[in-house]
Amino acid sequence: MRPVFGFITGLIFGLGLIVSGMADPAKVLNFLDLFGTWDPSLAFVMGGAMTTAFIGYRLVLRRPSPLLGTEYDIPATSGIDRNLIAGSALFGLGWGIGGFCPGPALTALPLGAPGTLLFVPSMLIGLWLGARAGALSSSSRKTHA
Amino acid sequence: METGTITPFTPLASLGGGVMIGLAAVMVMALFGRIAGIAGITRGTLGVILPGAGGSDGRDWRAAFLLGLLAAPVLVMVAGGRVPQTVPEAPFPMILAGLLVGVGTALGSGCTSGHGVCGLARLSRRSLAAVGTFMAVAFATVFVLRHALGAA
Repeated sequence: MRPVFGFITGLIFGLGLIVSGMADPAKVLNFLDLFGTWDPSLAFVMGGAMTTAFIGYRLVLRRPSPLLGTEYDIPATSGIDRNLIAGSALFGLGWGIGGFCPGPALTALPLGAPGTLLFVPSMLIGLWLGARAGALSSSSRKTHA
Repeated sequence: METGTITPFTPLASLGGGVMIGLAAVMVMALFGRIAGIAGITRGTLGVILPGAGGSDGRDWRAAFLLGLLAAPVLVMVAGGRVPQTVPEAPFPMILAGLLVGVGTALGSGCTSGHGVCGLARLSRRSLAAVGTFMAVAFATVFVLRHALGAA
């Protein structure tokens, strides 16, 4: 059951990335290029996704537990620490260079563009290195997102 | 980087696609009780083969979720659709970008989906700080690469 629904949710997420244009790095980079070939479409992606999640979470969390799990596991940390800011800054730098964030990069993988085939393995290595570095620099922090 | 591509403004398709992304995030919470952050889901799945990548539980649905993500463009093309895409090709910048995105999202505990969609929907202060940081740096990076340096 869990793998079947995992697959379906991933598929919907991926189709959303494609339909919205997020899976096209040129569109992402043009969104980030305020003073050039600006394409504001991505603001609509974020708006649609956040509004849906904002309403949906409030409906879902009324239930005592998830349908295929025992309990909700929602990040409880609220402090803004150095790892959060430094990590997000590094991510923003990479996003601005390549035009890919993790979801679109993975969805774009089967399309086989040369840039994607270099980006994704590098990202996986980076995720592993970053997880090790994060675990070393703070032992109490829980990571979820 | 410069892709030499002018992309059309697509408010309706982008809004519709965004709603699908939000819906998938809500389903992940309803079904599995988790935040739908792609960086975290990927790291959880990586933990199967690499020790120390984190995320020991729920690998079954996470791996299946990633397969679904990979299946999306295949399904679109089988159905006769197109996936328009222009990916920067310069090898070194793409390798560097991948490393930075990986390290950054692992260290910062989230990406565009985990902090951006799910975190902001939860009104998380941490996610707001993360989103403000990565958006500002990404805008600045594109400005420097395209305009200050005039990279072609």
